[in-house]
Amino acid sequence: MSLLEVEKLNIYFKSDRSLEPVHAVRDLSFSIKQGEMLGVVGESGSGKSITNLALLGILADNAIVKAEKAQLNGVDLLTLKESEWQKIRGQEISMIFQDPMTALNPFLSVEFQMVETIRAHLGLSKRDAIDKSIELLSLVGIPSPKDRLKAYPFELSGGMAQRVMIAMAISTNPKLLIADEPTTALDVTIQKQILTLIKMLQEKNNMSVILVTHDLGVVSEYSERLQVMYAGEIVESGLTSDLIQHPRHPYTHALLASRPGAMVDNMKRIPKTPLPSISGIVPAFHQRPMGCQFNPRCEFVTLECKQGPIEIQVMEPKHREFRCIHPIMNRVIK
Amino acid sequence: MNTILEVKAVSKNFPIKKLFRKPLQLKALTDINFSLGSNETLGIVGESGCGKSTLAKVLTKLETITSGEITLQSIKYPDYNASDFHSHIQMVFQDPYQSLNPRKKAFDIIADPLRINSDKSEAEIQGLVYAMMKRVGLREEFAARYPHHFSGGQRQRLGIARALMLRPKVLILDEPVSALDVSIQAQVLNLLMELQQEFSLSYLFISHDLSVVQHISDRILVMYLGRIVEYGARDEIFNNPKHPYTKILLDSAPKISGSAITKNSDALTGEIPSALYLPKGCAFAPRCPLKSAHCTEAVPELEVIENRQVACFNAR
Repeated sequence: MSLLEVEKLNIYFKSDRSLEPVHAVRDLSFSIKQGEMLGVVGESGSGKSITNLALLGILADNAIVKAEKAQLNGVDLLTLKESEWQKIRGQEISMIFQDPMTALNPFLSVEFQMVETIRAHLGLSKRDAIDKSIELLSLVGIPSPKDRLKAYPFELSGGMAQRVMIAMAISTNPKLLIADEPTTALDVTIQKQILTLIKMLQEKNNMSVILVTHDLGVVSEYSERLQVMYAGEIVESGLTSDLIQHPRHPYTHALLASRPGAMVDNMKRIPKTPLPSISGIVPAFHQRPMGCQFNPRCEFVTLECKQGPIEIQVMEPKHREFRCIHPIMNRVIK
Repeated sequence: MNTILEVKAVSKNFPIKKLFRKPLQLKALTDINFSLGSNETLGIVGESGCGKSTLAKVLTKLETITSGEITLQSIKYPDYNASDFHSHIQMVFQDPYQSLNPRKKAFDIIADPLRINSDKSEAEIQGLVYAMMKRVGLREEFAARYPHHFSGGQRQRLGIARALMLRPKVLILDEPVSALDVSIQAQVLNLLMELQQEFSLSYLFISHDLSVVQHISDRILVMYLGRIVEYGARDEIFNNPKHPYTKILLDSAPKISGSAITKNSDALTGEIPSALYLPKGCAFAPRCPLKSAHCTEAVPELEVIENRQVACFNAR
């Protein structure tokens, strides 16, 4: 049973500069099961953050969101009124942002910010909310939580601030947690602590997690399924281990192969040799090409790639999906 | 291999003034010793707050050292005059969005080092600027554009071009690719490796991305709280790390294995302590899995174990 089901999600932005609204996210379909971690990988401009904001209903006023289906646990997200959104947002779906230092209000103590959230959603008394905050802070591994509650965000390190954000996000026992680049601003050793914590909470609370990142290494170790986004579309999705070892879409392949630590076709990379790189850059929203979005940068491009939208192909038994007419079939990456 | 840059017993303290109290000393760098050969890349790794960036600033004379001695091409730092110094050592910064003046055109950004530090005519400068732009992969018509017209990767190319205009021998690269998208990182790394051969440059490559450091470096220097904890050849450090911190750092780096994490792998507990209140003895002891009683009493010195220098009592 899927917790969240999204079909053909399209997001447009009205713009003063163009008559037509800018098409930012195109025909996005995905679902996530209860208790599952879905990794979303994409570069800047791929539309991953916009999709998250749409799932929380917090896109700016100039956004137009259209979808055939967007259901959370049977509730239709497309027809919600603002008052109904407030019950979903924070309670059913919560979010952890990239930079913990700017996501917390610098003028308010940790206690104020946590108690405010807990009271708004759970209707506890102030004393109970404080007790609950202490409990949550110790759950996320903050030493001496009672003292930390009085602290202001600037008194916390980046890792500690991110733990506070996580404690706030899980305080309402959400069914779905969206983590948007939760460790990009942190050191590798702290990154590992935070990701292990999110994984532990996912399993403990049987919570679903969408882990968004640009680092393939991060998702490959933690998520069960993976979807790769490029220029507003899903280009490939599947089970993490299958997708990482046998990327079918040339973009996924190039992304994996360009990492300095990667092994392609069992050949270990020799230090100081040129890396296989993807030429060009991700197209801007208003300069997207016809046909396959990746075609200007792709080494296998043919005339067909430049005509009309490319449909998703499905490959069983592991249910791999990819949006490509010339998929890579026989190369191995480690 | 001839040594181009030599750092001997360098320390850097920042005094922190407190009202009505004795000023505290923040020990950003303590007793740093290393050398950089010509055409060599030395990778520097460590967590934030370990002194990587202070080291970069000290080496580019943006900060003065408290004690010790730095020699660049057999001349000591205090004996250099400014324009001589800058034509020997240059820096590429981490964030290409903040390290370029938004009010200057690309041409002026690249030309300014020559205008300030050389007596070349404007016509000569123009030729050199266009040649350098072409070399780093920027088209000539980009010269009249402002930084905000460029993508992240192009801006970093601009930063590299600016640093190379005075034909330095040493380039300090402070996280040059970490602000870039994954598909752009490889482009810039390839460019850096090509330029190193072409201009016979020595790189001091600071990064937190261990796979990048492993790819580009000849030797590695691991820092923790202002001290060197391990220093040696790339393959020695990566294949057979000796210091417990290096081991954990390598272990923490996400790897693409396609398989799930092993649950019992020891993540490093705790966080880096404040450099203002360093623990007694080895700075890493509070987080160290190999800690023994001796570690909290004395500071371990660097000693040679299996072809590399390690500062640990229990590394064997």
